[in-house]
Amino acid sequence: MNDTLHEAGKEALEHAAHEELRRVAAIRAEGRELSPRDRMALPTQAMPCQDSALRSRNMFEVAEGYGESQARLEAERCLDCKNAPCVKGCPVWVDIPLFIKKIREGDFQGSARVIKRTNLLPSICGRVCPQESQCQAECTLGKSLKSVDQAVQIGRLERWVADRERACGACDLPDIGASSGKKVAVVGSGPAGLTTAIDLRRAGHEVVVFEAFQKTGGVMVYGIPEFRLPKSLVAMESGLLSEMGVRYELNFLVGRTRKLGALIREDGFDAVFVGAGAGLPKFMDMPGENLVGVFSANEYLTRANLMKAYDRERAATPIYPSRRVAVLGGGNVAMDSARMALRLGAEEVRVLYRRTREEMPARAEEVGHAMEEGVIFDFLASPTKVLGNDKGIAEALEILSYTLGEPDTSGRRSPVPIKGSERVVPFDTIIVAIGNESNPLLAKTTPDLKVDKRGHILVDDKQKTSMDRVYAGGDIVLGAATVILAMGEGRRAAAAINELLA
Amino acid sequence: MSKILAKRKLSEEVYRLEVEAPLVARERKAGQFVIVQVDEDFGERIPLTIADADPGRGSVTLVFQTVGASTHALAQKEIGDSITLLGPLGNPTHIERFGKAVCVGGGIGLAPLHPIVQALKAAGNEVVVIAGARTRELIIMREELEAIADEFILVTDDGSAGRKALVTEPLKELCEAAAPGAVKPDIVVAIGPPIMMKFCAETTRPFGVKTLVSLNTIMIDGTGMCGGCRVSVGGETKFVCVDGPEFDGHLVDWSGMMSRLRSYKAQEDEAHHKCHIGLGTDAPVGAGALTGGAARQEGSR
Repeated sequence: MNDTLHEAGKEALEHAAHEELRRVAAIRAEGRELSPRDRMALPTQAMPCQDSALRSRNMFEVAEGYGESQARLEAERCLDCKNAPCVKGCPVWVDIPLFIKKIREGDFQGSARVIKRTNLLPSICGRVCPQESQCQAECTLGKSLKSVDQAVQIGRLERWVADRERACGACDLPDIGASSGKKVAVVGSGPAGLTTAIDLRRAGHEVVVFEAFQKTGGVMVYGIPEFRLPKSLVAMESGLLSEMGVRYELNFLVGRTRKLGALIREDGFDAVFVGAGAGLPKFMDMPGENLVGVFSANEYLTRANLMKAYDRERAATPIYPSRRVAVLGGGNVAMDSARMALRLGAEEVRVLYRRTREEMPARAEEVGHAMEEGVIFDFLASPTKVLGNDKGIAEALEILSYTLGEPDTSGRRSPVPIKGSERVVPFDTIIVAIGNESNPLLAKTTPDLKVDKRGHILVDDKQKTSMDRVYAGGDIVLGAATVILAMGEGRRAAAAINELLA
Repeated sequence: MSKILAKRKLSEEVYRLEVEAPLVARERKAGQFVIVQVDEDFGERIPLTIADADPGRGSVTLVFQTVGASTHALAQKEIGDSITLLGPLGNPTHIERFGKAVCVGGGIGLAPLHPIVQALKAAGNEVVVIAGARTRELIIMREELEAIADEFILVTDDGSAGRKALVTEPLKELCEAAAPGAVKPDIVVAIGPPIMMKFCAETTRPFGVKTLVSLNTIMIDGTGMCGGCRVSVGGETKFVCVDGPEFDGHLVDWSGMMSRLRSYKAQEDEAHHKCHIGLGTDAPVGAGALTGGAARQEGSR
């Protein structure tokens, strides 16, 4: 397991970092700067976390965030490489060496400003980006120390800078260009939509964001749990857009409340960006899957997150009372579902995955956290059917064991079922977390919008769709991906729209 | 947010709200529904069918029965208050000139039936309406339906109004078309409690009369995202919100659908009990559900 993730008290970590910083200061007092060798010797700063026994029963954020000494010390580790490989690993091109340098110089507000030049949602990205496969994967320090875990902890620093800025109540708004007289519609208020809206507004366009739900944030409010991404942060960061003059139209489903084409033809929008998300849960297509007690991860998480079903006293939306929970799948959503089920009071939560831990698409950090909290992993196992009682209520899964065979097209060794290995294991709740297909609604109500056979909207290298003045990005184009990839597509689309309207 | 423009109590448990929603009023077609939420932070999202719409006034009319905590909370809202409303959702009813159409509505199901009856009539069909309820005072939309229908048949379980019968009796007679000159229906549309729709489908099956039903499953988003509304139709899993809400009643897995409706029965009963304590009323748990079970959903759609 990633040794930078081990649990340690925030105070102890902060104290140790403080001591280390004194040594750094002593070097500087001698009138010399730290050499790369000195920097490489500084310890990677671990993320302080809530104790696992405690946090597995509460909704508070698991990762507590660095203190100032930890942040400053981690910033000292950066080698400030001239070619900045980390920036190339960032889908929204944050000037990473510069924001880290500003931390080192104690100019925290300046650091926030650097990040926000290209990413207005740093509290979110600092928490949910898979940095280990993006910026941190490219980090020279990590490569020199031969472990991506030893890379500069860019995500943790980004989070610290953003959290500190917010705590100071000093959030700078980006400059807004002179009014262009042009109007752009953004469909969906998830990561792709918000990012696009910001860049469009900066260019001086009037921007209206349409959201089907009652809250902004898309997957960041319905999907990603409170304990990983506090909803107050999403509300705050999407609130910045309102301050910039972006208008939200909530409870508005483009395609139904208004047709996409009508926005351009009749409502005077000069362009449209579609960032509607994936949003059609896949099921296993196995017998018994419609029994009571079987949920898509989307449904389970939406009840718990957006509808706040965990607050049993106040929320009107019910959540299923679970004792033994099986989560099917091995991605981040599966981890979120499993950890949420524990927090909602399940006695036993098992993740069933056809391959092994090495092949799991979930972030190592999420898998580690889930394990610490008591989620049990059944690798090389997948269900063949759900068994229920005469009232149509799920009671068990028939599970088949697998072994790993030859690598498939994804390069991962493909699971091969072991004949005759079926066993029946009792479960009252089954959460299916095997991904999403694209939502057919917009394509169905917009015949001119071309989609591929899986329903993903087809776009060119500038995110433009088959329709004039209509662009798209995020999961509705990519299939289920990450927050930051959606943001990258949003930025590209916004650049193309700004060019179109220039 | 959508402002409540008018409110009327139609019976002990049934309310009619006219809500400001100009875009929904303009876009909606027969068979579509909306999702309503009373409180954006902690409220439940409940699907309600559209009983009528006035594009000129920019409003839609919702009719609902207070059977769960959320519908009770909605009933507490007064003229001038605002609620959250999303729509129109679901596919519109396929309307064409079928010939003779029989529209069966049970209890609160008469509300969503109204726009379908209107549309079928406007498309040139001969429309027979069978309106059923447990008792006289639970009959809603009678004047509106009677004004459009070529033939209006009223039945109640207790005989307090119209024929003392279940809706399936006149439906069967219409399918038999025994009277001289009578013709079999070309299409039947049945909306009401699941058990009623199921038996309507069973009634028409031997006669081979295509029977559309409008399903009222549990939903959260109503846009295809949660899959909570899924139901097996002809052996295939369908999402009521994006594939429906109308399906061929002869192909629906009714027992599976009804089990799923009861997924949260225990919690709903508890919430209902609490909300009654809060209201200071002493109505029994589940009162008003037409068939018992699945209380909230039957009340809402």
